[in-house]
Amino acid sequence: MATLLDKIWDAHLVHRGAGGTDLLYVDFHLLHEGSSPQAFEGLRLAGRRVRRPDLTLATEDHVVPTRGRLDPSGVAATMVEALRRNCAEFGVPLHRSGTDGQGIVHVIGPELGISQPGRTILCGDSHTSTHGAFGALAFGIGTSQVEHVLATQTIAIAKPRSMAVTLHGVLPPGVSAKDVALAIIGRIGTGGAQGHVIEYRGPAVEAMSMESRLTLCNMSIESGAKAGMIAPDAVTLDYVRGRPYAPAGKAWDDAVARWASLRSDDDAEFDRSVDIDVTDLSPFVTWGTNPSQVVELSGVVPDPAGMTDPADRRAAERALTYLDLTPGTPMREIPIDVVFLGSCTNGRIEDLRAAAELLDGHRIAPGVRMLVVPGSAAVRRAAEAEGLDEVFRKAGAQWRTAGCSLCVAMNDDSLAAGERCASTSNRNFEGRQGRGGRTHLVSPSTAAATALTGRLTAPSTLGARR
Amino acid sequence: MKPITSVTGRAVAIRRTNIDTDQIIAARHCLRTTRTGFAEHLFAAWRAEPGFPLSDPAHAGATILLAGANFGSGSSREHAVWALQDHGFAVVVASRFGDIFADNAVRSGLVPAVLAEDEVSRLMDTVEADPATPVTVDLVTLTVRTPGTESPIRMDADTRQRFLDGRDGIDVTLQHEAAIRAYELAHAPMTRAS
Ligand code: SF4
Repeated sequence: MATLLDKIWDAHLVHRGAGGTDLLYVDFHLLHEGSSPQAFEGLRLAGRRVRRPDLTLATEDHVVPTRGRLDPSGVAATMVEALRRNCAEFGVPLHRSGTDGQGIVHVIGPELGISQPGRTILCGDSHTSTHGAFGALAFGIGTSQVEHVLATQTIAIAKPRSMAVTLHGVLPPGVSAKDVALAIIGRIGTGGAQGHVIEYRGPAVEAMSMESRLTLCNMSIESGAKAGMIAPDAVTLDYVRGRPYAPAGKAWDDAVARWASLRSDDDAEFDRSVDIDVTDLSPFVTWGTNPSQVVELSGVVPDPAGMTDPADRRAAERALTYLDLTPGTPMREIPIDVVFLGSCTNGRIEDLRAAAELLDGHRIAPGVRMLVVPGSAAVRRAAEAEGLDEVFRKAGAQWRTAGCSLCVAMNDDSLAAGERCASTSNRNFEGRQGRGGRTHLVSPSTAAATALTGRLTAPSTLGARR
Repeated sequence: MKPITSVTGRAVAIRRTNIDTDQIIAARHCLRTTRTGFAEHLFAAWRAEPGFPLSDPAHAGATILLAGANFGSGSSREHAVWALQDHGFAVVVASRFGDIFADNAVRSGLVPAVLAEDEVSRLMDTVEADPATPVTVDLVTLTVRTPGTESPIRMDADTRQRFLDGRDGIDVTLQHEAAIRAYELAHAPMTRAS
């Protein structure tokens, strides 16, 4: 009768609290330069050490430049220097900018085999939900909790509720996990999964590659979910096997046997259930300033006047003013200045391949600036081995080194005020990509098709427009 | 952390929903290694807009922020909490909070008070009509009060106790050191295999 969440929860219970707060053991803790300096400072002030440096790993991703040089300058340099000093002082392994293992924290966790079924994985970053794709319980925490995990290797937390999102049917060609994620958020809203851990299940999930599952779980936080997870199966095992942190030999066999029980029991009850048929989905794009403000690319900018909820109406009016959009405008007529392919949502090799397939042998539209930023140094190497870098360069796109880049605009990359971007990242908030910048969230294929035409374009309609 | 039993002060309302932490403080202003120095960047883009309530002198010195549903969604940056505190806020009242934001607030000593949506909007009406209205958020009785009104706020028992005691979260956890050690002895760690 237990859900996957119940099973992982119970297996990590260190202490069951009387007031509803349990103490859970943390199997692995990922760090980056953005959310950790104050946590280390707290340890120092209290005279505490990092309890388990062997279960901790840091990388540099948020503030590092992805073009021209490895280390940031100015205030960003202080952040990276602080991380390097802290990792050296407290004995935490660090994947520095420019080294083989560096990359966005949620891209390198899976690559290194740290993200494993049944694990609890935490990081001071909201998109930690990504790692749940392996059947792990993974979620983001703030800096005070980072300090708490560093000091105790545990987290004190009330158990979230469970929510099943079941995806039926078969995804049409040209429609990706990103479109599914946007469709789900559009359907349930930014608070639709609040207080819940989502378990994605059903035939359309089982048919997804590991990388698509990562994209799906990555976006869970945008519907307010604590985490997203998918029960491990053969796809999961194939991905994990042989990676640096994966168990090997007899330990692997034992792990596989253990992982077989990591699925919600047939009679398990979820606190909430949502069913979605993906068979008729088409590519999605956001029109507003939160990820639930989304329509099909074949649709039009909605009219706030037609919205019944006054708060929704006010928010939509505000969003359209910010984005400088007029109700009724077909989404595919909206011109784009910048295309960003990258981030922990869509910066993996499969994402780059999907975009390269459309760009191969073509040039992006005049006046469009396209950044291709691999999610990790390993993704960059893999792409170069396949010649994808050449495809991007020849198409007129910039081929970068690994980092968060234009997803967050706390590094060298940002939009200028008024610039409009088709972005494969996860947040279209006001100013997210730079003050006054305008963001439309899309899939990698849609990003590539858009780069070629200079307007928001669905991959399937590209032939007619190119 | 200092114990907090109640906060009384003036309140200011931002009538927007889904106020994400990027709006509270933009990422580019989080490039600091301290917990202070963020106040000037609080709602920086919005403060530049005419009529933004935080820039209204009538609301100067407010210690209680009233906001629309889903306050603090988005990025996990605790800088959002620090910036609000730096500016002088001790409480945020909303019908719903982003999960990570609420947890960060509790750990940093900023009270996230959950109040029914219609009550939030009534409270907003009151303080907009008279910015000098004293508002009390009481963690002993779990109520929010203005002269003549009283409404219940929601907060789980452990969180409330944490505010009332003002105890450090790490110290509380380390009382269970023996249990943590026992867990570690019983479970093989996940180490690098190759
Ligand atoms: S790519 Fe964007 S969302 Fe992902 S970790 Fe970096 S800043 Fe956060």
